[in-house]
Amino acid sequence: MSSITTREAPRGFSASEYMTCLTGIVWREGLRFLHQRERFVSALVRPLVWLFIFAAGFRQVLGISIIPPYETYILYEVYIAPGLMAMIQLFNGMQSSLSMVYDREMGNMRTLLVSPLPRGFLLFCKLLAGTAVSLLQVYAFLLIAWFWDITPPSSGYLTVLPALILSGLMLGSLGMLISSGIKQLENFAGVMNFVIFPMFFASSALYPLWRVQEGSPYLYYLCEANPFTHAVELIRFALYGQINWISLAVVAACTIVFMIGAIWAYDPSRGLARRGPAGGEG
Amino acid sequence: MTSPAPVTEALETPRPDPAAVPALSIDGVSHAYGPRRALMDVSFNVQPASFTALLGLNGAGKSTLFSLITRLFGIQSGRVSIFGHDVSKSPGEALRLLGVVFQPRTLDLDLSLTQNLLYHAALHGISRREAAARSAELLGRIGLSDRAGSKVRDLSGGQMRRLEIARALLHRPRLLLLDEPTVGLDVKARADIISHVRQLVTEQGIGVLWATHLFDEIMPGDDLVVLHQGKVLAQGPMSRVVAEAGAQDVNTAFMRLTGAQTMPGGGA
Repeated sequence: MSSITTREAPRGFSASEYMTCLTGIVWREGLRFLHQRERFVSALVRPLVWLFIFAAGFRQVLGISIIPPYETYILYEVYIAPGLMAMIQLFNGMQSSLSMVYDREMGNMRTLLVSPLPRGFLLFCKLLAGTAVSLLQVYAFLLIAWFWDITPPSSGYLTVLPALILSGLMLGSLGMLISSGIKQLENFAGVMNFVIFPMFFASSALYPLWRVQEGSPYLYYLCEANPFTHAVELIRFALYGQINWISLAVVAACTIVFMIGAIWAYDPSRGLARRGPAGGEG
Repeated sequence: MTSPAPVTEALETPRPDPAAVPALSIDGVSHAYGPRRALMDVSFNVQPASFTALLGLNGAGKSTLFSLITRLFGIQSGRVSIFGHDVSKSPGEALRLLGVVFQPRTLDLDLSLTQNLLYHAALHGISRREAAARSAELLGRIGLSDRAGSKVRDLSGGQMRRLEIARALLHRPRLLLLDEPTVGLDVKARADIISHVRQLVTEQGIGVLWATHLFDEIMPGDDLVVLHQGKVLAQGPMSRVVAEAGAQDVNTAFMRLTGAQTMPGGGA
């Protein structure tokens, strides 16, 4: 080894390098989000349509008894608000996964994946970035909903934050896991039909589960087993300064499982590698 | 050595010390997509401060090879190392010495030039202040300082490529991979990029692996690897490869080498 080109000793990565990488990824995701105004608008319009139209129409049909965490009779609008917050995150998680499929087809994903930092960490940063974007959307929704008389206790806006971060991570990692299995962009319509709609409707987002149980016990069990139900309940309780421990446990466990699955699927020696060359092979 | 190949300027780089660790070492690499074999027992080295041209037609396996070197795909068999660091075993150490320009554009079109560079720097853990300084310097070097704040979308194809090369150099790699970087560019932009990359080799001692199917991008002093249908057919200094093929120029040498594989009796 006589020349300048001897092998360098491995030096690893410092904590500040990890931090720089994390902030860089979140910053870029935020910039991209700001550049996509249509995405922001549609992310807001979707839950507002449910709130303004669907909830108003359903108000008379569905009586809500007093159930925790609520201490009085509430309007239907108030009931579905947490479900709509979770819906925003569900769509955002799936949309991030869509953008990962798009990035992979277009090559942007490569920029991320050739970073020397560990791939699991990169994907975790990407998840955090997606979650941060969903928080912006949820708080914008809460702001508009406030004018619509959905007024949780003001401390609730703060206590709901950790719940939103956790549910955002869960739904984001689910999206990432799904995206690793999607070969092409076109398949995303399938995700809408087979993931988003069933998850949303078979949950406590639109109707309390005791109501579901009256109608169909089987559907009730399905709703109970749906991680989305627990995301909704976690948010609902946190918005009123309470913790739903079962939901917290389910959401945390699902987050870990989905995240490990997504990181596993994006491991170069497994997931992506099994597939053919991305895009055109040259 | 008779090599009356079209020579534009003689750029004979000194032969590197053979005892040195190669910038890139590909050792017995094979890769298959299901039953289709894309690479078969590929081996070659890229030395520091050298320009190695990886010559092959579309479908020869160039992009697969790039995906393996950059760890986008897992290595099925064989070994790839960058300055002695195995890409599979210590990817972090290997990738930090590597800069890549992929064939498809990988810039964020709606972000500015500087934002694109800062994002890349962050992915390498380079602090914001340091990244800003390096970005400004590199933008100056590629003559795009006055466009620093514009959206990438507004750049021409050649400018985007220059920006991608600048981005690939941001973390000061010692090996640079470029996958057909001049495809779709006009003559002037092509010439600019080629001379810029050759300058990096001579002035900064960067090892370059340049994948191409364009013969006129290769010069007599370059190292040449001819890849065809997943196999390395010839490698070595260009003049030697040409001479050994009994040809007058790269073009003919390539046709002889590959023709012998595809068409009995060879011929071009």
